[in-house]
Amino acid sequence: MENYIIRVENLRRDFVVGDETVHALRGVSFSIREGEFVTIMGTSGSGKSTLLNLLGCLDTPTSGEYYLDGFSVQKMSRNERATLRNRKIGFVFQSYNLLPKTTALENVELPLFYNSEVSARERHRRAEQALIEVGLADRIHHRSNQMSGGQQQRVAIARALVNNPVMILADEATGNLDTRTSFEILTLFQKLYNEGRTIVFVTHNPEIAQFSSRNIVLRDGKITEDTPNTNVKSAKEVLDSLPVDNGL
Amino acid sequence: MNYKNLIKVALKALSNNKFRGFLTMLGIIIGVGSVIAMLAIGQGSKRSIREQISEMGSNMIMIHPGTGRFGGVRQSASSMQTLKIEDYKTIINETSYISACSPSVSSSGQAIYGANNTPTTIYGINQDYMDIRKYTVSEGEMFTDQDVIRAAKVCVVGQTIVDNLFPNGEDPLGKTIRFGKIPFKIIGVLTSKGYNSMGMDQDDLILAPYTTVQKRILAITYLQGIFASAITEELSDKAIDELTAILRQNHNIRPGDEDDFNIRSQEELSSMMSSTSDLMTVLLACIAGISLLVGGIGIMNIMYVSVTERTREIGLRMSIGAKGRHILWQFLIEAVIISVMGGIIGVLLGVGAAAAIKYIAGWPVFVQPYSVILSFAVCTVTGIFFGWYPAKKASNLDPIEAIRYE
Repeated sequence: MENYIIRVENLRRDFVVGDETVHALRGVSFSIREGEFVTIMGTSGSGKSTLLNLLGCLDTPTSGEYYLDGFSVQKMSRNERATLRNRKIGFVFQSYNLLPKTTALENVELPLFYNSEVSARERHRRAEQALIEVGLADRIHHRSNQMSGGQQQRVAIARALVNNPVMILADEATGNLDTRTSFEILTLFQKLYNEGRTIVFVTHNPEIAQFSSRNIVLRDGKITEDTPNTNVKSAKEVLDSLPVDNGL
Repeated sequence: MNYKNLIKVALKALSNNKFRGFLTMLGIIIGVGSVIAMLAIGQGSKRSIREQISEMGSNMIMIHPGTGRFGGVRQSASSMQTLKIEDYKTIINETSYISACSPSVSSSGQAIYGANNTPTTIYGINQDYMDIRKYTVSEGEMFTDQDVIRAAKVCVVGQTIVDNLFPNGEDPLGKTIRFGKIPFKIIGVLTSKGYNSMGMDQDDLILAPYTTVQKRILAITYLQGIFASAITEELSDKAIDELTAILRQNHNIRPGDEDDFNIRSQEELSSMMSSTSDLMTVLLACIAGISLLVGGIGIMNIMYVSVTERTREIGLRMSIGAKGRHILWQFLIEAVIISVMGGIIGVLLGVGAAAAIKYIAGWPVFVQPYSVILSFAVCTVTGIFFGWYPAKKASNLDPIEAIRYE
């Protein structure tokens, strides 16, 4: 038995809008093994946001099974899913979603606040560790509004790492960033991938797929493509080949 | 997430919006402060009324002849002659709740000494009257039992009489003044008591043995009243019951018939007087309470704004593992911190305002500990009550929608 982080079987999700029923997902099945870097791509309306919400345990499917790290999410209560998110998933959002006027450290500590098993000292130590890991050792006590977009996204990634999740779930994590910073963030994701972390990156940008180990394409609520990428491009090399930003 | 962390989070959120937090608090501060100041003013005036009444006498009980019927004609109280010296004697022999008792007769008239005269009242009483009404003799001495038995023409005078009859600073002791046509020798001068709460000069009187006033001035044998003093304030009611029983028996009143006398206690008078100030206190407290309510609504309003403003934060917290109750507590604690801090400042302000009113305006002001505790409790409850709905709203948000809220 292989070690599956995600196992999705015939996942369906319907929304009732007025008198109409919208089928956002029409039977999606796939599995993700530990240590994979998967991009889930699709245009808007393809159902990728719905899939993201389901994978993130923010929503429950209308039918079908979803196992996260062996736990069936299907029948979990709201509170159980909250705990599952807290222990198993690290979220990275497009718009960072850092707390305003709050230091990087406090932002990163946040998920551990909701885990009563972690002491204050442990929380502090792990948050610092995560910030060092994303290359922000010198920004630990900076407030979120004193940082650039790239730095803010790094803080958000550190926040996603701090609870040592089984999966990092990124939602258009480079969507708000310029080209250079995007590659910086992608380099960071690749570094985490090389360290053995499981990453699911939801995006509409086809370019990103070249940097992941596997690409799933959604269209009209169904998977149309699921291809492993044997030739993973290095984001670091692309970054180095970019003309250096001289600040002008 | 433990409560220490929740409080930390709430404090952090408040410190991010200090000025707004202060403005919200202001409603509670003014509410609590005014409740305390108003209650202090009300309580102060009530106390001062009670004090003035208790100066009139100690646990005083007054017996007066009541209206009665003779052959179907209702008589006026002053013309009743039902209280007799025998009643007084029975009372002092049989009672067990009375510490002092004095018959009372009085007459108004002109007091004259040499070229000076003054209108005044002469009270015929015995020595117990001094204790009942809290009079003391400052110079000379009180008359004795012998003087009462002999109906001696001696008197003790108040300070106002001394001032009016002896304007040149003569020593009044031993001088003989006239009340109407009857000469009285002054054997004592009362310690001044000043004016009472109803504006009556308590020093404008002459005290003489009741026998003297009965026989030599009024030429009557009945009493116009009996004054008594209950042993303690708590025993006043029992004493009144006992006096009623004694007098009914003495007057041969059959069960079911109405009394031919009236008994009133100082407590009755005092509660009658303070009922007005009670009403004022309630009114003032109501107005102040309304401002506390408005303050509470202010909290609710700001908490709603805060929840809407921080929808994304709530969404984020939920997506990284906050449960509904974590969010609920976070916002509830924030509301309670606002109201409790406002309460503390309000209490300080209210006590300060009360002290300032006392100092500047000279009003009698008294801050009761219970009013502080009460308003503090009320504002905490206000915080919880008005913080609940916004907090509940926040905790029920859908994380998916909240995180993408613009």
